[in-house]
Amino acid sequence: MTEQDLLDMFTRALRDLLGNDSIVLRTDTTRGEVPGWDSFNYINFIVAIEAELGIKFRIADVESFATVGDIVAGAKALLSARKR
Amino acid sequence: MDSRERARDFRGELAAAAALPDVDARLARFAYLAASNPGMIETIQLDKALRAIPADAPNSFTTVRVVLAGSPTLDHLLPAIRVAALSRGLVAHVTAGRYGQYRQEILGAESPLGRLAPNTLVLSIGSGELVGGVPLSATRAEVDDAMRRSVQELRELWQVARERFGVGVVQQSFLDTTQPLFGNQERLVPAAPARLVSRLNDAVADAAASDGVLLLDVATASARDGIDAWFDVRHWLQGKMEIAPAAAGRYAELLARLLGAQYGKSKKCLVLDLDNTLWGGVIGDDGLGGIKLGEGSAVGEAHLALQKYAKQLKERGVILAVCSKNEPAIVEEVFSSHPEMHLRRSDIAAFAVNWRDKAENLREIASRLNVGLDSLVFVDDNAVERARIRESLPMVVVPELPDDPASYVSALARAGYFETTAFTEEDRQRAEQYAANAERDAIREASQSVDDFLRGLEMRVIYGPVAPVDIVRASQLINKTSQFNTTTRRTTDEALSQLAAAPDNMTLQFRLVDRFGDNGLVCVMLFLGDRNSEVLELTSWVMSCRVFGRELEHEALNIAVETARARGVRVIEANLVPTPKNGVIKDLFSTLGFERVTDTAPGEGATRWRLRLDVYVPRATHISRMERQ
Repeated sequence: MTEQDLLDMFTRALRDLLGNDSIVLRTDTTRGEVPGWDSFNYINFIVAIEAELGIKFRIADVESFATVGDIVAGAKALLSARKR
Repeated sequence: MDSRERARDFRGELAAAAALPDVDARLARFAYLAASNPGMIETIQLDKALRAIPADAPNSFTTVRVVLAGSPTLDHLLPAIRVAALSRGLVAHVTAGRYGQYRQEILGAESPLGRLAPNTLVLSIGSGELVGGVPLSATRAEVDDAMRRSVQELRELWQVARERFGVGVVQQSFLDTTQPLFGNQERLVPAAPARLVSRLNDAVADAAASDGVLLLDVATASARDGIDAWFDVRHWLQGKMEIAPAAAGRYAELLARLLGAQYGKSKKCLVLDLDNTLWGGVIGDDGLGGIKLGEGSAVGEAHLALQKYAKQLKERGVILAVCSKNEPAIVEEVFSSHPEMHLRRSDIAAFAVNWRDKAENLREIASRLNVGLDSLVFVDDNAVERARIRESLPMVVVPELPDDPASYVSALARAGYFETTAFTEEDRQRAEQYAANAERDAIREASQSVDDFLRGLEMRVIYGPVAPVDIVRASQLINKTSQFNTTTRRTTDEALSQLAAAPDNMTLQFRLVDRFGDNGLVCVMLFLGDRNSEVLELTSWVMSCRVFGRELEHEALNIAVETARARGVRVIEANLVPTPKNGVIKDLFSTLGFERVTDTAPGEGATRWRLRLDVYVPRATHISRMERQ
């Protein structure tokens, strides 16, 4: 999966979760910029993409993700580690 | 969860449903989506749309108020609980208590439970709260003692909650989130962590059974699914969630089954197809010797397993019916002559074997058994028949069967259609009672007149106030009866106990016995009153559909009037609240001699009625009486 594939997938998941089709995630998007993306929906978002990608983030990473790009990078690392 | 296929364009369908102007239509459509196996994100979307409906918007769904209290974080479970409840026809207002505050919430002076007035309190407590302090070195006797104290503390909480707030209590069993410490020795060491949790579960289940508390059995479910499907240590560490967010749907489904069972939403009748369902092959083509059933073939044993499971369901009170496109005579021969048939013809309460459309046959089965179409579960191996029934009778549940008959039983068993909150004597006898009804029908057909028929039944009513021994069955009847039910007000064991114990009120329960057997406790009347008034309010009158047309309503009212007169009562008043299901009693009160009171309109479509006891003339019936001492 490329970075763009992951961004698209995350955008779709967050649009569904928040019921807002105007959301477009970029690598530099932060949680505070997206209306309604509170801590409850952050957990839901992480759980949903974990289930879809079949990965599990480390707890330290989930706490430290600052931008959507961080989440994309984290997911990419886990996906490529799985391939090996 | 219903195994209907997941809706494809979920957001599109949800938006279309949310745009429906009629609240009932919107809720019905939401309920359909809720039953279509939504994923986590879909559940959250659906919940959002559901909560956009104002809480006070009138609708015809049953409303329940639920509070979750406990030690771990529970807020993340609420959307899934609301959605799962809706899939069973319940609009649930659900609140989670504060983290770790369950004792204060039940015992404290400023309890939020008084304000929230829930019908149901769910206690979700981590095992660590109760047995976390038991040292590893504890002896068997010390562990026994700790166990007793923990269970005693819980029972006191249950009792206070019930008495103080009139709630029904649901106790969640305990997830085993421990890690093996002794390995193979775990069960041999009295205070080993896993051993403590397992003993706690047994002890709490016993206490719940004897106290009439319902058990939300996540322990058994997680043992079946694997603990990793339920508990994710990361979410425990991050937010003290004991039930993982990914397991919220499964948790909610288990809770919704309990709530559904309490409010009469469980299914009552299993309708079975025959060819390739009850046996392998097609009897019309393969003949008696050619169908696969029983020992000697793995496929035959798989079909036999389904028959055995159906028979067990029958033994716990589920009605069995058959619906099949076949030649009746050939099918009768299988039942009478095939040596491996486990189900007998007498196990089947309604038999629809013909070449007619199956939807028509299902209607016929429901009407013959006097149950709603929404009480049926239809099991058929044929995908086309399944699709047709879903299309033409959406209220009938049609499980998606796996390709392999080996998995038929687990598909049926795990769907939880027939969940109950108790296993009563009535449940044990229901199958026999339905069989006896078939015999009564035969007499009815042979009788010259209705009078002859009723006289021939030699009926006796045994009656008395609703005593503690009657509470479980009486509240089951009140909550499950939709047809003969004057107000469709539901209750809990606790609320009914309190109502029946108050000397100002008057309660009556009736058992009907005839020469074919005991029909059990089939009718309940609840009257509210106060000492100084000469008026009693009949707030609930329910009667089982099994005894319709037997004059019991007349004899019950005769008895009620006499009992009320003896208390100095002069007037009985009552509301009749019409629902889509209680049309059978729309003329009840006028037939019984009540006058319509015109000045009061207690609610949407409801009518108000009054009976003056000084002018009431008892109606002669064919039922003799016996007062229970």
